Formats: sequence, structure tokens, C-alpha cells
Amino acid sequence: MSEYILCLGLFSIGLYCVLRKRNIIKIIIGLGIIEYAVNLFLILIAYRTHGRAPILDKAQDTLNIVDPLPQALVLTSIVIGLAVTALIVAIAIRIFEKYNTFDITKIRRLRG
Amino acid sequence: MEINLLLLFMIFAAIVAVEIEDLLSSVIAMGAVGLGLSLAFLILKAPDLAITQLVVEILCLIILIRATINKDLPLVKDGRWLFNTTATLTFVGLFLIFAYFALKDLPQFGAPIMRVAKDYIASGLEKTGAANLVASVVLDFRVYDTLGEATVLFTAAIGVLAVIRKVGRINANKKNE
Repeated sequence: MSEYILCLGLFSIGLYCVLRKRNIIKIIIGLGIIEYAVNLFLILIAYRTHGRAPILDKAQDTLNIVDPLPQALVLTSIVIGLAVTALIVAIAIRIFEKYNTFDITKIRRLRG
Repeated sequence: MEINLLLLFMIFAAIVAVEIEDLLSSVIAMGAVGLGLSLAFLILKAPDLAITQLVVEILCLIILIRATINKDLPLVKDGRWLFNTTATLTFVGLFLIFAYFALKDLPQFGAPIMRVAKDYIASGLEKTGAANLVASVVLDFRVYDTLGEATVLFTAAIGVLAVIRKVGRINANKKNE
């Protein structure tokens, strides 16, 4: 159970970074940390004690294999995370070119 | 347990990434978190994920360093420090309270439920011919999921190109005339 709690701690650090920091790059880093924590959480749920990787072998039985389904879905999620990060960074670079700052309180046009 | 030690290292690196002043150092510390995650996947018996995470992490670092290099600005400290910190900690505490209630209903660590995966393990080899079960799920049982992933990936690539482009098409046409 301590693994789940440590993983939640990692998520909380990312959440704190996203909510508290005012620099756009720091916010992107916080989003990345949150993404890592969620991926790790799904794989932690799939883990079996003394299990082996989900690759079939004639010499060994399939009883102690870890869960392959969350691994396949997290594989998708990792690649989508890269695409999302690239898009956010592109928008951040454009914001820097237009306003010459990364500080979100200085970007006047976005104020409601 | 090595996974606990690795998680503690990742939490330490994440705190460094959040709290350090220098942006480039912050990005590097985030790389440490991601590479630690790759090792954690390897310990948790997910070798495909470890390879993918390694490649994606390095690409992610290159993109982020491109964004931060030569733009090292001092971080701003003024503003409503007390209000911001209190509100943030309130939200994080609220999240942790909900997580505490959700944690009790999770399966025990090391004993997955595997209600769906049972069929995949039993009939994966004869139905798909792939010895690697992750590959057989990604490329055969749930191939629509992979198609959606490819769609999202290429849409994001189009989005990046559209955002990054210097001159819009209408302006370029006007200059030519």
C-alpha cells in the first residue's frame, strides 16, 4: 500500500506546481509530473508480486504473469503525453514571442 | 523494496524540479523524474513501457530545452503570496482527502484483478500469433485504440505546425502581390 501513497505524493507535488507557480514552463513541468504519476499508478495496479513480464514462453506457465491490459493502455497514454507536451510548448513559445515573458500574470490580453 | 526507494528518488527530483529557481535546471530535474519512471517500469515488469518512456522522455527534454534556452528570466516573487499558497494547499488537501477514500477500495498491491486480461492471456497466442501480450493487445485486440492514438498524435503535430508558423497564409499572399 505504501507504493500507492508515494505515487499520490508525486501527484500532489505536480498539482501544487500547476496551481501555485506563475511561470509557464514550471506549469508545463507540473503537468508532466502529474502525467508520470498517473501512468505509474496504473502500472502499480497491474503489478503482481513475484510476477514476470507478459511475454509468453512454453517453458513457463501463465499463472504468475502481470496484467498486460493496463500496460497496453499506458503505452498509448505515454505517446499522447509527448504530443500534448509538444503542443503546450509550442503555444508557450508563441506567448513568449508576443509578450516577452513567461509570467502568466503579465499576459494582459488573457485577463477576463 | 527497490520500488519504494525509486519512488522516493522520483519525489525528491520532483521537489527539486518544482522549487529550483533556474529554469534549465528545473527541466533537467524533470528529466530525472522521467528516467526514474523508466526504471520503475522495468522493475514493475513492463519492458515495452520502459523503452517507450526512455525515448519519449528524451524527446520531451529536447522540446523543453528548446523552449527555455536563452530565456532564463528571474522568477517573480511578489503578489498575493499568502492567499495563493493557502488556496493551493487547500486544493491539494481536498484532493488527498478524496484519494484517501478511494484508496480503500483499490485491490491490494501485488494482486491485480485481471478479469479482462484472463481471456487475452489464455487465447492471445493462438488468436494473434504474438508471444508478447502487450503487442497483441495494442495491435490486435484494441487496435482501434491505437488508431485513435495515431489520430491524436498527428492532430497534435498539425497543431504544433500551425501555432509555430511565423507568417499566416493571407499575409504571405499579400506580400507576394
